Amino acid sequence: MNSRLSILIAAGILATFAILGASLVAFTHSATKERIAANERETLLRSLRALVPPDTVDNDMVSDVIVVQAPEWLGSERTRVYRGRKMQQPVAAVLTSIVPNGYSGPIKLLVAVRYDGTLAGVRVISHKETPGLGDKMEASRSDWIYGFNDQSLGDPPLEKWHVKRDGGEFDQFTGATVTPRSIVKAVKNTLLYVQEHKEALYDRQATPPATATQG
Amino acid sequence: MPDNNSYPNLIIDGLWRNNQALTALLGLCPLLAVSNTAVNGLGLGLATTAVLVASNSTISLIRNFVRPEVRLPVFVLVIASFVTAIELGMNAFFHELHKILGIFIPLIVTNCIIIGRAEAFASKNNLRHSLVDGLSIGIGFTLVLFTLGGIRELAGQGTLFDQAHLMFGEAARGLSLKIEDFPGMLVAILPPGAFIGLGLLIMVKNLIDKRVAARAKAKTEYAEAAQGLVG
Repeated sequence: MNSRLSILIAAGILATFAILGASLVAFTHSATKERIAANERETLLRSLRALVPPDTVDNDMVSDVIVVQAPEWLGSERTRVYRGRKMQQPVAAVLTSIVPNGYSGPIKLLVAVRYDGTLAGVRVISHKETPGLGDKMEASRSDWIYGFNDQSLGDPPLEKWHVKRDGGEFDQFTGATVTPRSIVKAVKNTLLYVQEHKEALYDRQATPPATATQG
Repeated sequence: MPDNNSYPNLIIDGLWRNNQALTALLGLCPLLAVSNTAVNGLGLGLATTAVLVASNSTISLIRNFVRPEVRLPVFVLVIASFVTAIELGMNAFFHELHKILGIFIPLIVTNCIIIGRAEAFASKNNLRHSLVDGLSIGIGFTLVLFTLGGIRELAGQGTLFDQAHLMFGEAARGLSLKIEDFPGMLVAILPPGAFIGLGLLIMVKNLIDKRVAARAKAKTEYAEAAQGLVG
């Protein structure tokens, strides 16, 4: 009898702390929820604006987003496409492409393609490449990524969309060939995809934000 | 020995004599993984300190009515709740730093220092002592993270306080130092650099301890000799 009572007391204590702990977390969550959402939106907006200057568009790019499925071109099952427009006319689309074959794991990109098919720019959002060797594709570490600015499928011609070692137009960096090689390929595939689906990309209705933020 | 718990003693223990990172080698996972820059180290160290202070205080307050057979689950619950709350807070107020530290903030839960202090100290001592213990152990850990981060950053990429603005706001951009024409030694940034750096720090601490001990010994011998002369 006594041992049963002590088990019950112990369980009661444990349950009390579980409830207290969960309340603390729930309270903090509701107190910080809006600020975190605003932070994430702000971060996304800042990286979009770095690629598509705010004076060239007049819509809210963060909300004007659709989700497309083209894993063989864009590297993942769900790729978000942010559309920039001015006076209802399409200006540029920013795709969250993924480089599936980085040196050590996938590399997440933002690829901004203007309506005329030229690149407004490319940025690396996250990667696991070797520090000091493969990380030169970060805009804060070298100018390499700016080499994509204003390029398009015709310039350089399609067969020149390789790193120099493979007979193409793009520099590789010293000590790392795999990383730039796979980024160039992923950017080329993204451009091919956009060329193919250009009108559809801009015409589709924006996805409600709740479903768009996943994946 | 009531004196063991005097505040100066607790502080010296936490910062130096019983520094959990340098003498107990606890908390190695965050210590080695996040100490690649001074700012990262400082950020994670301060988050860990906040969790330590909160968990030590709470556990000291509840120490008399938590039954021994459920104490460990209760400690884990308390620690995990605080870590989650602090993670949300960092995401809200230090968003960029939170993104860089990533998985290592939730992983504070698994830092052995925290449950170690809960079990070894807070569950046996009163609130004020536990609070001071949490604070000094936390700051001791932060100092090691910060120093190791600074050394690795300086040796690895030739900068110090790089990205300080992530923690202290835009005004702190000026804090960042950069050695011109120094590309850095890659090894310091890679995982081996963390082990080598930590080894060097432990060596320095042991050297200092040894020297202090030798000096103290010389002093007592001198005092004894002087007493002998007088006698």
